[in-house]
Amino acid sequence: MIEVAQRSVIDEERELDGVGEQDLLDIYRSMVLLRTYDERSLVYHRQGRIGTYAIFWNHEAMQAGSAHALADEDWIFPSYRESAIGLLRGIPPATVLHWWRGHPAGWWNPADYNVASICVPIGTHVPHAVGLAWGKKLKGESACAIAYFGDGATSEGAFHEGANFAAVMQAPVILFCNNNQWAISTPISAQTRAETLADKAVGYGMPGVRVDGGDVLAVYEATREAVERARKGGGPTFIEALSYRAAPHATADDPRVYIDIARVEAEKKNECLGRYERYLRKLGVLGDDLEADIKAEAAEAMRAGIAAAEAEPDPDPELVFENAYVHPPPNMRDG
Amino acid sequence: MAEKLLVEAVNDALHVELARDDSVMVMGEDVGRAGGVFRATAGLVERFGENRCVDTPLAEAGILGTAVGLCMAGWKPVCEMQYDAFSYPCLDQLITHVGRYHWRTGGKMEFPITVRMPYGGGVRAPELHDDSPETYYVHTPGIKVAIPSTPADAKGLLAAAIRDPDPVVVFEPKLIYRTERGEVPEGDYVVPLGKARIAREGTDVTLVAYGAMVPVCERAADELADDVSCEIVDIRSLRPLDEESLLASASKTGRVVIVQEAPRTVGFGAEIAAILAEKAILDLRGPVLRVTGYDVPYPYWKIEDAYMPSVERVAAAVERVARF
Repeated sequence: MIEVAQRSVIDEERELDGVGEQDLLDIYRSMVLLRTYDERSLVYHRQGRIGTYAIFWNHEAMQAGSAHALADEDWIFPSYRESAIGLLRGIPPATVLHWWRGHPAGWWNPADYNVASICVPIGTHVPHAVGLAWGKKLKGESACAIAYFGDGATSEGAFHEGANFAAVMQAPVILFCNNNQWAISTPISAQTRAETLADKAVGYGMPGVRVDGGDVLAVYEATREAVERARKGGGPTFIEALSYRAAPHATADDPRVYIDIARVEAEKKNECLGRYERYLRKLGVLGDDLEADIKAEAAEAMRAGIAAAEAEPDPDPELVFENAYVHPPPNMRDG
Repeated sequence: MAEKLLVEAVNDALHVELARDDSVMVMGEDVGRAGGVFRATAGLVERFGENRCVDTPLAEAGILGTAVGLCMAGWKPVCEMQYDAFSYPCLDQLITHVGRYHWRTGGKMEFPITVRMPYGGGVRAPELHDDSPETYYVHTPGIKVAIPSTPADAKGLLAAAIRDPDPVVVFEPKLIYRTERGEVPEGDYVVPLGKARIAREGTDVTLVAYGAMVPVCERAADELADDVSCEIVDIRSLRPLDEESLLASASKTGRVVIVQEAPRTVGFGAEIAAILAEKAILDLRGPVLRVTGYDVPYPYWKIEDAYMPSVERVAAAVERVARF
């Protein structure tokens, strides 16, 4: 069961059941927080205040829309592209900034937020999300899990093994692919001959859905359906959210040598936060004052976050030997 | 106490540990209906049900990868890799996640994963059913490794691995699965990780080995018994490593031969030799010798005996160092 047409809500001006004004604004707040995190991080990087950083500009609709469809008990497995998604679960901005500052204070306990650690290698966290979801099901608990990964990850063996396990075990998990059409410099056409990434779901025996990744409400709706199905015992869903990477892969990348600049400029004009703002204004839900308040709140959270991160003392080098093991071997310090 | 074969002792440990702790589950290829291709998991699915003895898809990285998530959900997975060389796909998960996740959470989350697999050659099997891959695993920070050579240790070390809060890989010497028979304590039985076993006391030369090489050392020691008194140190826990027992024996005999089935270069024997060079140099009265497999792909079985460290090669090395 593959939904090939890209689902959209904003462009069709559809109303979503059970989504009131407050929900629309909550989603907006989350998008603004993520956007602010991302834009400030780029500045902090240029100022030498954080290290190499993976930009997620124009991915906020995919992240906020899907995260809002989850319950607090549900687990999030982010890739580095979703490094700040934990902010939506209460992880302090300073913690994520620490992570990008290479400071061990960027560690968190996944169980405190139901947000797994940021996964750096591509796609290898997909089986973790599946295992968590399957394990919860085995224990008779109702939680499900979502794993975020990019289009490039669908070429990895870990994605395949995870997806197959998910279907076989009927694990309550959502495999959320943000198809921004680029894996650093590799276009989607060099990644797969499949017409759509959602087609891959057929081979696993799970539903596949395509959604406009720039439409936060379409993402929300598709994820909400997948979560409902998972919780009812219907197993996993593959969601392909389509967008376009309108920023470099990371601060160390210069996409001008490979990307279609005209397309990037066009995408920037239709970036996801602006689209949602125009929609909310049209609905009469958002006005100038409220928008300014919400943005000021996010800016303040980031100001406080970077201040807290920079106030943290340098880590004790003794930490090199901490946490490698619960019970370390006696010769661990021989070097 | 009952006499058991080594593989029966593995099975006994799994039965005891699953009965003891509801959060322990076994997963792998053919571990349920078939009871494992070596029968190591026989009877588990009948006794504990399909949720605690799971026949998985044929996907080693998926087995170990989902085990990481299962830990987050409160399970203690015991993953079977069907054969040594079949485990290579799981190394990605082992290196990138299993050995690091506890560290990555600032020590807040534990990943009590056990990986167990039959390993080693001499069983007249097709290619890639014969490898000794322990070095890849021991070299990975965050991972512990044990290799038993007796039925009692096969039970006790596996129990220790399952109860350990860190990820532990247990290699089971398949060559002696059904040839080693010995007394195995009933019920709860744990052999702590990090303690070597003095398999035989002696005074002239120390033989250091683990797994299927321990019986080879014992036979060599028997052959030489009239001329050379061999002490045999069964390492049995590669990490944590019992350096104290190793150094004590080296100090006692002053002569050491290390026997390892894996290829020579950067094998675990090289690590033991380096430790002796660093910490026992003044006790040594001869060069530390290694008897190992060769740096070649494990051969076809018609000629595999030419690869495996033999009683003759071990005896020759002992005589060489004894005469030094």
